[in-house]
Amino acid sequence: MGPASRNATGDSRGWVFVGPAVLWTLAFFVVPFVVMVGYSLWQREGTELVRAWSLANYAGFFDKPHFVEGLVNSLEITALVTVISIVLAYPLAWIIAERVPRRWQRLALLLAILPFWTSYVVRSYAWLLVLSRGGYLNQWLMGAGLIESPLEIAATRIATVTGFVHFFVMLLTLTIYANLVQLSPNYRRAAADLGAGPLRTFWQVILPLTLPGIMVGAFLTFVLCIGDYITPQILGGNNELVLPQIIMLQITRRADFPTAAALSIVLMVVVTLAYIAAARWLRMERV
Amino acid sequence: MTRRALGNVGVAGYVLLLYGFIYLPVMTLVLFSFQEGRFPIPPFNGPSLRWYEAVFADGKLTAALTNSLVVALLSSALACLLGFLAAYGFARYRLPGAGPLKVMITAPLTVSYLIIGFGLLVTFNMAGISRSLWAVGIGHVVINTPLCFAIITVSLGEHQRNIERAARDLGASDWQVMWRVTAPMLLPSIVAAYFLSVTFSWDEFIIAFLLSRFDVTLPVEIWSLLRSGLNPKTNAVGSVVFLASVAVVLILEFVVFRRYSSRRAA
Repeated sequence: MGPASRNATGDSRGWVFVGPAVLWTLAFFVVPFVVMVGYSLWQREGTELVRAWSLANYAGFFDKPHFVEGLVNSLEITALVTVISIVLAYPLAWIIAERVPRRWQRLALLLAILPFWTSYVVRSYAWLLVLSRGGYLNQWLMGAGLIESPLEIAATRIATVTGFVHFFVMLLTLTIYANLVQLSPNYRRAAADLGAGPLRTFWQVILPLTLPGIMVGAFLTFVLCIGDYITPQILGGNNELVLPQIIMLQITRRADFPTAAALSIVLMVVVTLAYIAAARWLRMERV
Repeated sequence: MTRRALGNVGVAGYVLLLYGFIYLPVMTLVLFSFQEGRFPIPPFNGPSLRWYEAVFADGKLTAALTNSLVVALLSSALACLLGFLAAYGFARYRLPGAGPLKVMITAPLTVSYLIIGFGLLVTFNMAGISRSLWAVGIGHVVINTPLCFAIITVSLGEHQRNIERAARDLGASDWQVMWRVTAPMLLPSIVAAYFLSVTFSWDEFIIAFLLSRFDVTLPVEIWSLLRSGLNPKTNAVGSVVFLASVAVVLILEFVVFRRYSSRRAA
């Protein structure tokens, strides 16, 4: 706040501006969250909702192997997607930032993320086309003589990971590029003056300086990937369920809201833990 | 070949490979929307516009398209207004508890849409509110308000404060300053926030799926099309949606931002 700012003293008037957003978030985000926590402590028995507080739904989580399996699947797929996406996106972002002439960079970046705007549901469907038995991938592999009969890729973990990686490569290219162009060319010049070759400059100077950008991108990938229902449902099918699919089954098939609520809270706790880890890591990096 | 030339070939190869990967599904989608036959898989036997005709003859799809547009345009307008007012209020007034309140407003950004949608579903259930497009709109305002708030907050800097002060010294009231001085200065980021919200709402599936009933939005209608398996009609409607979104992005990039940056440079 500027010390001489006249309206900085008019505290009560500020609420007129801030109030609507605060009230909206309270009514349609905070209250629903509290209601959901409440629901997670109730039980569903048969078709009846039993309004007695207990932690049975949470205790039940670890008793039911398919719930725990869902969480493990979610974590494994998310970890795999995050690592593969970073490994693929980093070189692309680096090439756009370093090798593409300045005036073409914006266009190159725009082209790299244009399919990002494909409809969410449609994007997964489009991968289904590519990966299906008669799809292009199988045709090419068979044409190249690498396989004899079409591979069953659709409805497997590979399909889910492919669909996710496609989305997050675009997202990460954007965040890593933003980080790379902010670096002053002086770092590279200084490293060169001190006798470092291009490879050494990259490993010991550029890469460490872009680690925070990578971490932010990785966190974003983690959060969006672990909470997603569409991609695993369309591409992964029902062979290997992830946590959001299990939550949706409780809601739409079994109408078991208390269990769905408890599973949602578990999902949120996992994301929060990841957030704390990422935040702590970023703070350590800065010190 | 020298090492440098080898490096260039490697770079070009990598770029080609990645752009190929990024465009493979979209190209397949669009190509087979022109398929003549009933299966959107190779070999391609077109081009034909029959599936586009089928899309526009399908009353459910066109109704869903209209619903999506209305929900996206209206919910984004409200989200943008709430986000702008809050950003302005926090930047220009000293408010007790501003820190925690800002965290609360931005919190929906870190929560899965599935959880936000489900929370609203159980709450509306308890309150006796039935599922409808209004409920979907409310959910979309919840997810887009923090986005608009964050985008507009970032562009509200100190340099505008002096112009606002000048306006106030010339006798403008608080509201006049906000509407006639601050809002026009922030127009590019407000427009960007609005269109970003529109594309997010337009494309959102899980909240719309959980909170709608008889009237649905386009992603939900496409979802029910998917149950019939691979179908060129899905390709056609998907291509229409993709081209519409790309048109919005390109208009933003080349009209709004170009004009703004050239004006700023002048």
